[in-house]
Amino acid sequence: MGSIFSLQQIINGLQLGAIYALIALGYTMVYGIVRLINFAHGDFFMVGAYAAYGAFYLFNFFLPQGNTMAFAALIMAMLGSGAIALIANKFAYKPLRYKPRLSSLVTAIGVSMLLEYLFSALPFIGPSPRGFPDLLAKHIYHIGPAEISNYVVIDLSVAAVLMIGLTILIQRTPMGRAMRAVSQDKDAAKLMGIDVERVISFTFLIGGSFAGAAGLLAGLTYPRIQPYMGILPGLKAFIAAVLGGIGNIPGAVLGAFIMGLAETFATAFNSLLGEGIAFVILIVVLLLRPNGILGEKTADKI
Amino acid sequence: MKSTLVSAALAVALAGSFLACDKNKEIKIGGVGPMTGEAATFGASTKNGYDMAVAEWNAKGGVLGKQIKMFFADDKGDPAEGATVFTKLIDENKVCAVIGTVMSKVSLAGAPICQNAKIPMIATSSTNPKVTDVGDYIYRACFIDPFQGTVGAMFAYNDLKAKNAACIFDVGNDYTKGLSEFFKAKFTALGGTVVGYEGHATGTTDFKAQLTKVLAAKPDVLYVSDYYNDVALIAKQARELGFKGPMLGGDGWDSPKLMEVGGSAVEGCYFTNHYSQDDSSPLVQSFVKSYTAKYGSAPDALAALGYDATNIMLNAIQTAGSTDGDKIKTALAATDLKTVTGQVKFDDHRNPVKSAVIIEILGGKQVFKTTVNP
Repeated sequence: MGSIFSLQQIINGLQLGAIYALIALGYTMVYGIVRLINFAHGDFFMVGAYAAYGAFYLFNFFLPQGNTMAFAALIMAMLGSGAIALIANKFAYKPLRYKPRLSSLVTAIGVSMLLEYLFSALPFIGPSPRGFPDLLAKHIYHIGPAEISNYVVIDLSVAAVLMIGLTILIQRTPMGRAMRAVSQDKDAAKLMGIDVERVISFTFLIGGSFAGAAGLLAGLTYPRIQPYMGILPGLKAFIAAVLGGIGNIPGAVLGAFIMGLAETFATAFNSLLGEGIAFVILIVVLLLRPNGILGEKTADKI
Repeated sequence: MKSTLVSAALAVALAGSFLACDKNKEIKIGGVGPMTGEAATFGASTKNGYDMAVAEWNAKGGVLGKQIKMFFADDKGDPAEGATVFTKLIDENKVCAVIGTVMSKVSLAGAPICQNAKIPMIATSSTNPKVTDVGDYIYRACFIDPFQGTVGAMFAYNDLKAKNAACIFDVGNDYTKGLSEFFKAKFTALGGTVVGYEGHATGTTDFKAQLTKVLAAKPDVLYVSDYYNDVALIAKQARELGFKGPMLGGDGWDSPKLMEVGGSAVEGCYFTNHYSQDDSSPLVQSFVKSYTAKYGSAPDALAALGYDATNIMLNAIQTAGSTDGDKIKTALAATDLKTVTGQVKFDDHRNPVKSAVIIEILGGKQVFKTTVNP
């Protein structure tokens, strides 16, 4: 049992959880604001990985390798995914904003497939997996019985910085206040003079760019990218958001780390169980606590 | 007038018999390979191998004193097309033996046709064990997949002096599962201990949980029977988790992508393969030299297997002293021939028992390490 619940496995789980957390935040924010389960969110994550990959080959000519390059790739990944999220919102979700909610849900699945097949069809991307470049030299630190690479540190710290930034944004800025207002009552917010569409666009931008950051981190940590790479992590991050209480930001982070750890422990126990544990969690949560760990009780959900 | 007619008829008959006689001076064999479709490059290499072997035999005077004529047919990598061309070769071209084909699924379509017609067939690189199970006229030139696991275990135990090994494989893929199973069986039989044996789901990118678990048991070597795409990721993550020993695998590693993605993580790792162009044996070197001179590029494993399959079949026809299918079949069973891909004998399932080569990854390149005999 030692090799299943060891310090090393906890680190593995936290690293995976950090990536899920960044994706889950986008799910939960968008849900909080427009009550939409954006099933294309996992594909925004994929777009981010490709944006970082493209940035590496574009900037290779004039940017020095190392930290500068990694930072530039991070910015490009966040911009790329943020832009795709904005475009998806403008052309696919906005026209259906006041239509029955099922229309948006089905449209989200359509956007997801569109992105996957478009990226497979584009000649310079294509369906075959690509190796993600090593943006940073790898160092390994021995801490007690565990090995921690600088990639683990990067994954966790990028996630932490972004999450702290998001908390400040939501709690301390006028835009954050507007976001909270819209999530509470869209019509009342509109009456108070808040430009609701602008707040929604901003939420998509932030959610998308977080998924993009996750895409870069996933590319670094698990260096193989392909157009369908967003499906499973997207689904698992969605389950993490449901576990934490969809619409609840700290809940999404908590849910994501629980998911990362659960998946790692389950995989160490049996690899097939590891693939399925997310769905077991989903079923258990929906049966026992449909509002999630930190979710408030509301009359209607999806 | 009458005598003219008779002499004309005689002349025609004579010419006819002469022509027939002329045809009998040829030994007709069939060659099959995918020249179009998904496996087109495999087919091109394989056909080069056939052509070279036939040309060499013909230059030495042919088989049974007759020149060899090969009828080549494109199976397009498609089982239905394969069935058609196998039938055509046997019924129309009247070949006495068939060499091919590359892909297991196409060989599986062609094998029953050869078996029913009692025409001996030797597949080149079809590794699916079922191919030769079709019947006693069906042979193959390549070793079947699980055999590589056996060879990998022997190399790990005898050459790398490993006492503890761990295996990682894809639970959804028979090829990688088979390799690991045979590795485990042989390594244990040799006296080693398999301290970790973990599968992973198909398509996953995070192998850290399994790796952490198997590495906790401190294996000397890690047997990774996956394809190159997964191997690169597994190798990187294993190094991140502090594993410094060698990793081993099968011919699924054979791609430049492995070094491109795996980088320093796969340095000093080994994999088993059918043949290496760097093998110093004179037979391999003369094959590589004449192939390169003829086709302008170094032969890959498929070309080598195409060449070997043709040689094995022609050798059997020569030994049989006849083009009769039954006699060739008996001669094939008794094959003991030195080929480019090793000394070939056949087991009861008509699979070759022969050596494999070990390739080491050094400086981002594949380097021939040694030959391992079963």
